[in-house]
Amino acid sequence: MGQITPNGPSARRGGLLYTGNDWNFQVIRDCYDAIEEIARTELGLETYANRIEIITSEQMLDVYTAHGMPLGYKHWSFGKRFIGHENAYRRGLMGLAYEVVINSDPCISYLMEENSATMQALVIAHAAFGHNHFFRNNRLFREWTDPSEILGYLEFARGYIARCEERHGLRAVERILDAAHALQNQGVHRHSGARKLDLKAEQQRARDRRAYEDSMFNDLWRTLPTEDAPGGDHRAEDALSRRRLGLPEENLLYFLEKHAPRLASWEREIIRIVRMVAQYFYPQPQVKMMNEGCATWVHAYIMRRLHELGRIDDAAYLEVIHSTSNVITQLGFDAGGGPSFNPYALGYAMMTDIARICTEPTAEDRTWFPDIAGNGDAIGTLRHAWAEYRDESFIQQFLSPKTIRDFRMFRLRDDTSQPYLLVDAIHDEAGYRDIRRSVALTYDPGTFYTEIEIVDVDLLGDRTLVLEHRSRAGQLLQPNDARQTLNYLSTLWGYGVILKEIDTQTGAVLTTHTANVPT
Amino acid sequence: MDIIDRRPNPHGKNIENRRRVLQRARSAVQQAVRDSVARGKIREIGQGNAVSVPSDALHEPTFHRVFTDGMREIVLTGNKEFSRGDKLQRPQGGAGQGAGGDGQAGENGGGEDSFRFVLSRDEFLDLFFDDLELPDLVKREIATTESGTPSRTGLSNEGSPSHLDLGRTMRRSIARRIGLGRPKPDDLRAVEARIAELEDQRPLGADALDELETLREQRGTILRRLARIPWVDPVDLRYRRYTVLPQPATRAVMFCIMDVSGSMTERMKDLAKQFFLLLHVFLERRYKKVEIVFIRHAESAEEVDEDVFFHDPRTGGTIVSSALELMSGIQRERYPSGTWNIYVAQASDGDNASSDTQRTASLLQDAILPVVQYYAYIEITGSGAVIRGETDLWRSYRAIADHNPHLAIRHVGDRKEIFPVFRDLFSRQHDTAEA
Repeated sequence: MGQITPNGPSARRGGLLYTGNDWNFQVIRDCYDAIEEIARTELGLETYANRIEIITSEQMLDVYTAHGMPLGYKHWSFGKRFIGHENAYRRGLMGLAYEVVINSDPCISYLMEENSATMQALVIAHAAFGHNHFFRNNRLFREWTDPSEILGYLEFARGYIARCEERHGLRAVERILDAAHALQNQGVHRHSGARKLDLKAEQQRARDRRAYEDSMFNDLWRTLPTEDAPGGDHRAEDALSRRRLGLPEENLLYFLEKHAPRLASWEREIIRIVRMVAQYFYPQPQVKMMNEGCATWVHAYIMRRLHELGRIDDAAYLEVIHSTSNVITQLGFDAGGGPSFNPYALGYAMMTDIARICTEPTAEDRTWFPDIAGNGDAIGTLRHAWAEYRDESFIQQFLSPKTIRDFRMFRLRDDTSQPYLLVDAIHDEAGYRDIRRSVALTYDPGTFYTEIEIVDVDLLGDRTLVLEHRSRAGQLLQPNDARQTLNYLSTLWGYGVILKEIDTQTGAVLTTHTANVPT
Repeated sequence: MDIIDRRPNPHGKNIENRRRVLQRARSAVQQAVRDSVARGKIREIGQGNAVSVPSDALHEPTFHRVFTDGMREIVLTGNKEFSRGDKLQRPQGGAGQGAGGDGQAGENGGGEDSFRFVLSRDEFLDLFFDDLELPDLVKREIATTESGTPSRTGLSNEGSPSHLDLGRTMRRSIARRIGLGRPKPDDLRAVEARIAELEDQRPLGADALDELETLREQRGTILRRLARIPWVDPVDLRYRRYTVLPQPATRAVMFCIMDVSGSMTERMKDLAKQFFLLLHVFLERRYKKVEIVFIRHAESAEEVDEDVFFHDPRTGGTIVSSALELMSGIQRERYPSGTWNIYVAQASDGDNASSDTQRTASLLQDAILPVVQYYAYIEITGSGAVIRGETDLWRSYRAIADHNPHLAIRHVGDRKEIFPVFRDLFSRQHDTAEA
């Protein structure tokens, strides 16, 4: 790790915060204060107010299940996740995370009661300061999430869905939830210019909408003669109605909520809830590596400082080193590491590397990173990166030759027309840029979300909804899942649905999936 | 910063969601339960209670891409020996399918082919009985009554003096006395001693006179309170309450008799097994110890273990009396009717050598029915469910059942009939006419 000089007055000196493994509330409070001092004065972290909650391991399993959210509506899929975690935990396949932290204001960190005093301190540094700072400052979270309202909104969602279950029956609600869940990855607005979620206004609007619809409902309207102009210009009308429907539309849930003809208003509201939650979690996977890297780097820094300041003893510091290195282990490809990076490992390595480049640059660093090499402000540089980048752009910008060498990265070209896999870049001068581009690409949201759009509706005919998936040959949708998901879509739409997979380059239709009118 | 201790909060937030999973996967779980019943031994059912259901029962589909062919680039870590241009053998199964398959790799931490539930025994039995359309097993009581024994069930404020719970009563008495401010006898004694002391001194100063006056007043109050607030009041009294609970007899033996001649198909045996299993679970809830004796017969009868009973085919003619004789013999030798509750369940397709039926009937009537609690005969009809003529065996059993209420006979043709028949057999009204 690079040598970093504290940029604030060094923390007030005090004795040991605790000895041994046991913690009590006073110990946690003292640790928090000592950690906060370092986080604020030396690292300049800005966080939401913190709330620390102590829970049991069983409760931790519950928290895991609901996206780490403290309250959620009822649905069998959460039960499934719970049983999965429970089985893995019981059979010892999975340890529980020491902590779960959620992006809310106040920021809630869950600490398990089984943790030792050192682990509690580490977790506070990691979650209550590292993650919390990241949530508060990263551009994606600032743009997309409204942490002061999320807890209230989830409370509303749970209550709303429970009331729907009472009024319309479990099965009717489950039908909508199942379908909406299947489409939740297609339920977000991805492009900028979208406004930040205002969840409180959201709840109010939901109520207003209900009230308005109730007041406007007049059965007489249905009996009015329609202006039917037979033989009119269907094409022009079609184009007009397509525009009115806002097509093409990539947010399938949004479209269904607004335009699906057969849904009751409570069904639209449930779709909306699923969509809002999906939107809320939309940034998380795009910054996971940075977020974990930031939190890990912060806890490593703070715990080291606590040790230097004589606030924790050698035994405690050894425990810190031990558990930190457990977390940041990157298995090689031949040890079951697979093609994915451990976000903790890569994130921590890159943070450490940036700090090093700022303070002790080599000649190589000066050519690769002329703007930050040797600037002497490691912490400021990191803070800037945490605020302004997401994983893809962060890697594109900061993955250094040294890190590539440290991980001994290499690139395989998998061409199915060849009988072999080709090693086409390794960690050498010629390979750095290729490898960096490929790694960045795997973090590109464009590669982990599928691009599916609603392009047309046959409004004058049988109301079939037409979707397109833009892809390439050999990269089509998993057909069984696509068919089942399409059935769900058709459940919500109320009429038939067609999904065409289009070759982005040639425009050829590669394959077509259909779902018929649900009965 | 707030620290909140959430440990005392309600646990098990996901119990409802878990229940919904079971509901969702009900048919699959039921199938798994049914399979494990078919595989398992009667007495172990529901003990090792993990079932696996295929994961597609709980599959959550999404739109996601799979890489099937074409070209892609993968960055891996931990290179030890490769240089640019090296060619590697494709891993088994093709890297194409495996790695590229999941667009959201790492989400679920490994693929699952099946989903494993650990069911509690109750959940297991619920699912199992639900399959048999069992609404409520426990409330059904076998017609035979048994002696009850009184058992402690909490406290009551009335009862006989011999049941007085002194500890509880005194505890309440103390609480009431403290609450109402009943003076202690020691207080009275102290006041009286002081009064006596003062009275002994003369002459008394003005102070002492005042004190004496106050003390006398105090004594008056104390005496009044002592008289008004009793040491033990009727409201303090607590009696131990006893309720007579039916005392299950401790031991029961269940004879399973099955015709295994060639005419009994696997399906029929399966139905019989379901029936025996129900009976076992039922008895197990009533008795501490239930023994099972398996007797199979064709031309001759033998006692066998469960595996052989259900899985070893035999051929040949059928002589039912041989099984009844054997059963009767085993019963006399090992399970004297004085100390054992004896149940017999017989499953058969009704085939019997015509010469044997008379002998079977007399054995049943004279030797067996007098010592058993209950004898259930189910005749399993062919899958075609064509109403056949009554078999000889059925006719003779029915004649006996007419004046022996603890012999019950029913037809079973299909899995879903098992439970209704079972409930019918073990409900109180044995006198309902057989359809």
